[in-house]
Order: sequence, then C-alpha cells, then structure tokens
Amino acid sequence: MARLALSSPLDVRLLDKGLSVGEALAAFNAAYEEAGGIVSFLGKVRPGDGVRALELSHYEPLTLLGMEELAAAAGSRFDLEGALVWHRVGVMSPGETIVLVATAARHRRSAFGAADYLMDHLKSAAWFWKRERRADGWHWIEPRPQDRLDLARWK
Amino acid sequence: MSVTILFLGPLRDIAGEQLREVDGPLDWAGLRDAVGPEVAAQLDEDRVNVACKGRVLADKCALQAEDGDEVALLPPVSGG
Repeated sequence: MARLALSSPLDVRLLDKGLSVGEALAAFNAAYEEAGGIVSFLGKVRPGDGVRALELSHYEPLTLLGMEELAAAAGSRFDLEGALVWHRVGVMSPGETIVLVATAARHRRSAFGAADYLMDHLKSAAWFWKRERRADGWHWIEPRPQDRLDLARWK
Repeated sequence: MSVTILFLGPLRDIAGEQLREVDGPLDWAGLRDAVGPEVAAQLDEDRVNVACKGRVLADKCALQAEDGDEVALLPPVSGG
C-alpha cells in the first residue's frame, strides 16, 4: 500500500470524515527519521456523560489558516523537526477521533512541550465551535476554566 | 449586492438563522441594529469577535463593511 504523503515540516489539515491514526503516525514516523523522539496526542469524543454525538463547526476563512499559524509558532518555539496537526469537523460519535497531533524533535522535551502547546491552543484558541447532543437535544460547549488556565501557561 | 452577516456557533441559535443579508455599507452601529437586541448584547461582550472579509478586526467597533463583504460574528471558541 502506498504510504500516506505528508507535507513537511508542517502537515495541517481540517478533515470532514474519519481518519486513520495508525496510517498517519506511520507516515509521520517515516518522514522524520532524523528525529530523536516523536510524541503524539489523540483526542476522542469521550464516551459516557450521556453524550450521543458531538459536532464541531468552523469558519473556512479563519480556521485552517489559524491552525497553520499555530503549527508554525510551535515549530519555532520548540525547535521541531516537524509537526502534524489534524482536526475533525462535522458530527462525530463517542469514541471517534476529534484531533490528532504529532511532533518530531531531536529531544523528547521539545516534542512533549510542542504537543502540549498545540493541544492547549486547539482547545481554546482555535476557530472551532463545539456542541454535544444529549437526550434533551444539542448543547453548546465552552472551554472549561481549566482549559483557559492551561492556555495561559504559554503567555 | 449586500453585506452578508454570518452567525457562528451559538450565535446561530440566538439569531435563528445562519446568515442574514443587509444593505451596505455597514458600520458597528448598523451591525448592532441589523442583528437584533439579543445578538447585539452578545456582540458588546469582549469575548465575541468580528471578522470582515475573512480577517478578525482588532477593534470591532471600527467595522466598515461594503456591499459584497462577509461579516462573521465569532463567539468564544471550543475545539479539541
């Protein structure tokens, strides 16, 4: 099977359907043979809490561009060899992947730090709006106070 | 030609529609009038941003939209 082609050093995508995490990470690993460490984070729709579905909407002119700027900022701040930043939009079911971030660096601290930085910004400083469907209908979700504190760590 | 006002996220539910077309030009006072009191009250909050022609305005009160422009109303975000 042909390997998934990634853009290097930054591969940033908005996806409107499910993604193959294994395939993405295999391609990312292969693309950065010189990296001493690769960190990945996979965010999923949390099962339970009565959530039946989750919907993420975005604004085309801003969202992808903002993610690209974020990835570039992470790349220079943490001296990355490369980063993969993929985010789903549309309706998802519990257990489905919402976001996949991977970072490659010479040393592990940079890779961990960059993945953490990317996720904190995607949670509460990227152009997405999230709502959940529970038994009584749809509810918009705002970042939790903890999400805002997490983001403030990087200021 | 007109100005398209786009309601993102929860503002869509408050407005009751995804977008509204109004005659240009449109400034901040005109925008507040065009969207109704409930959305206008949200717009007055610092955490709600406004984009014009795909760019977020540093000062939303300085909005100057012309016919053909898209004005997006951006409530607080949540991703991941």
